[in-house]
Amino acid sequence: MTEAMTAEQITLYVPRDAAALSMGADKVAAMLRIEADRRGVDVRIVRNGSHGMLWLEPLVEVATPLGRMAYGPVTPDDVAGLFDAGFLEGMAHPLCHGLTLEIPYLKNQERLTFARCGIVDPVSVEDYRNHGGFAGLERALTMTSAEIIAEVTESGLRGRGGAGFPTGIKWKTVGDAVADEKFICCNADEGDSGTFADRMIMEGDPFILVEGMTIAAIAVGAKQGYIYIRSEYPHAVATMREAIRLAYQQKWLGHGIHGSTHSFDLEVRVGAGAYICGEETSMLESLEGKRGTVRAKPPLPALEGLFGKPTVVNNVLSLTSVPVILARGAKYYKDFGVGRSRGTQPFQLGGNIRHGGIVEKAFGITLHELLYNFGGGSASGRPIRAVQVGGPLGAYLPPEHFDTPKDYEAFAAREAMVGHGGIVVFDDTVDMAHQARFAMEFCAAESCGKCTPCRIGAVRGVEIMDRILAGTAPADKQLTLLEDLCEVMADGSLCAMGGLTPMPVRSAIKHFPEDFHRPAAAIAAE
Amino acid sequence: MAAHTPWQRNRALAIVESYRGQRGTLLPILHDLQHEFGFINDEAVPVLAQALNLSRAEVHGVISFYHDFKRQPQGRTVVKLCRAEACQSVGANRLVAHAERRLGVTMGGTSADGSVTLEGVFCLGNCALGPAVMVDDQLHGRVDTVRFDSIAGDIR
Repeated sequence: MTEAMTAEQITLYVPRDAAALSMGADKVAAMLRIEADRRGVDVRIVRNGSHGMLWLEPLVEVATPLGRMAYGPVTPDDVAGLFDAGFLEGMAHPLCHGLTLEIPYLKNQERLTFARCGIVDPVSVEDYRNHGGFAGLERALTMTSAEIIAEVTESGLRGRGGAGFPTGIKWKTVGDAVADEKFICCNADEGDSGTFADRMIMEGDPFILVEGMTIAAIAVGAKQGYIYIRSEYPHAVATMREAIRLAYQQKWLGHGIHGSTHSFDLEVRVGAGAYICGEETSMLESLEGKRGTVRAKPPLPALEGLFGKPTVVNNVLSLTSVPVILARGAKYYKDFGVGRSRGTQPFQLGGNIRHGGIVEKAFGITLHELLYNFGGGSASGRPIRAVQVGGPLGAYLPPEHFDTPKDYEAFAAREAMVGHGGIVVFDDTVDMAHQARFAMEFCAAESCGKCTPCRIGAVRGVEIMDRILAGTAPADKQLTLLEDLCEVMADGSLCAMGGLTPMPVRSAIKHFPEDFHRPAAAIAAE
Repeated sequence: MAAHTPWQRNRALAIVESYRGQRGTLLPILHDLQHEFGFINDEAVPVLAQALNLSRAEVHGVISFYHDFKRQPQGRTVVKLCRAEACQSVGANRLVAHAERRLGVTMGGTSADGSVTLEGVFCLGNCALGPAVMVDDQLHGRVDTVRFDSIAGDIR
């Protein structure tokens, strides 16, 4: 066949993101292939990452001269009808949402970290390069360590894992330390309920993490890196390993990175179902092959981290913010955000929300905007009664607080935390006393056991909540006891597990006291 | 899920050997052993202790610390239900009760015929499409009771 006789090939995109797969993306891709072959149409199916509009998954896109047209959520049964309607030419269909990039949910975001996610083929170095990838690393290779660290410090980037510690200062500590070897460890143990941004970026744009870690390695003088990914994320593990293999192949990892004298080796390590390993010192223990118990600080991991050597421990979202900072400069990044919270955060809308997914915006956006302008209210259609912000150790907030801007300090002022940017929505059927009990139950199940307030306190907390729920003891006395316990846990625990478990408990009591004073009569009804 | 082979000391030693020269390899080795044999056999403990120059107590301590490492054979299919907050907000607790009835096992248990293990986990990273369920390595979203029954129907 000559080229002139070949009908033009049409490119389709079907995400390989785990969330899309959970809604049948593989079956849809297979059906698209069958239907195209049956009709004799030449199509190329790219398995991209997800754009993060998860209620539309599986979101099928067609490349048209105007741009990509979006159809979703597509089931295998919809495929024949899409072909009949002429979706390959971008024609109308009940599932059509127009051009992907014009969908308001996406159009109204400020995507720096997630700029390529959903757009590129995640396991194509060429695609990554064509969309600005490795530009940050290329610039870093022309700079001194001190210049790179100064750029990151100047950007105002703070740790996206939850603690919000300035990334540049951490890097400087490691950079200044004298040692025969140093490490870069990426914390991808994303165990907080309501968070999935780490997973999505690793599955949708894995090279950005390779690039961010390599920049960190050059900045501090590390030669070895580890990405610690939780075992609940098999797809992210597979994609990340494939990306690392390709990066080695094309000299973006290993000896003589991109023709320079720098070397960096990178490896994925898989967790084993322990939430506590998201705590940095516990993760280091686990990487060393030990029980994931928390270490006392000091010494800081920056000075005595993995195998006792100076170690950068950063979250996925911190490291994936670095390439754009190097590529476009600290000032560009810093111009996003408010106060001392600079740049953008990929917020994650989950739970009982109509339009769940990733919303990357500059700090300063309010909860209300996220929940209603983007999220579209609850999935059940009932009023939103509470949101838990920042994971299982984050506060429950009532609608009166939805005007709070997303800003580390503004949240701290309301006894809450931004955390990893996760927002879990509950409608008015939620029982906040049950949620408070769960916070204690979760701590009891996941405590590493090292310190008593957390290990024993959480068990006592469950017992107190059981008495409150049963209405068998005067609620006021039980709540006094619970507050006492919360104080001990908050002040007496080594790490955030025991230290912050009181946050969801206290916030639930403070904002929803009516759920904690249960009439004994209610017991029979339950 | 792939069929598991019965415990073989030599196979275990070969797995340990494949990590020679690397550091902090106990977790990767345990993952490989579990993948190969389906669970961590008690006989593995002294083997690992000797090969890695650890005490048996240290090896035992690591195995028992992590939820993933199992000391007994698991069902041929492992069903993990997310029990964390985001899935709770859309009915995960009701799904737990339904799954226990449908599969005839309680959470953490394995059916008498060895076909299925039901396990509760905290978060599968599918928080916008809950309740989430993972069957072996296959993730499912928006699992209501009807969808669960259809998934369960495929378990042999």
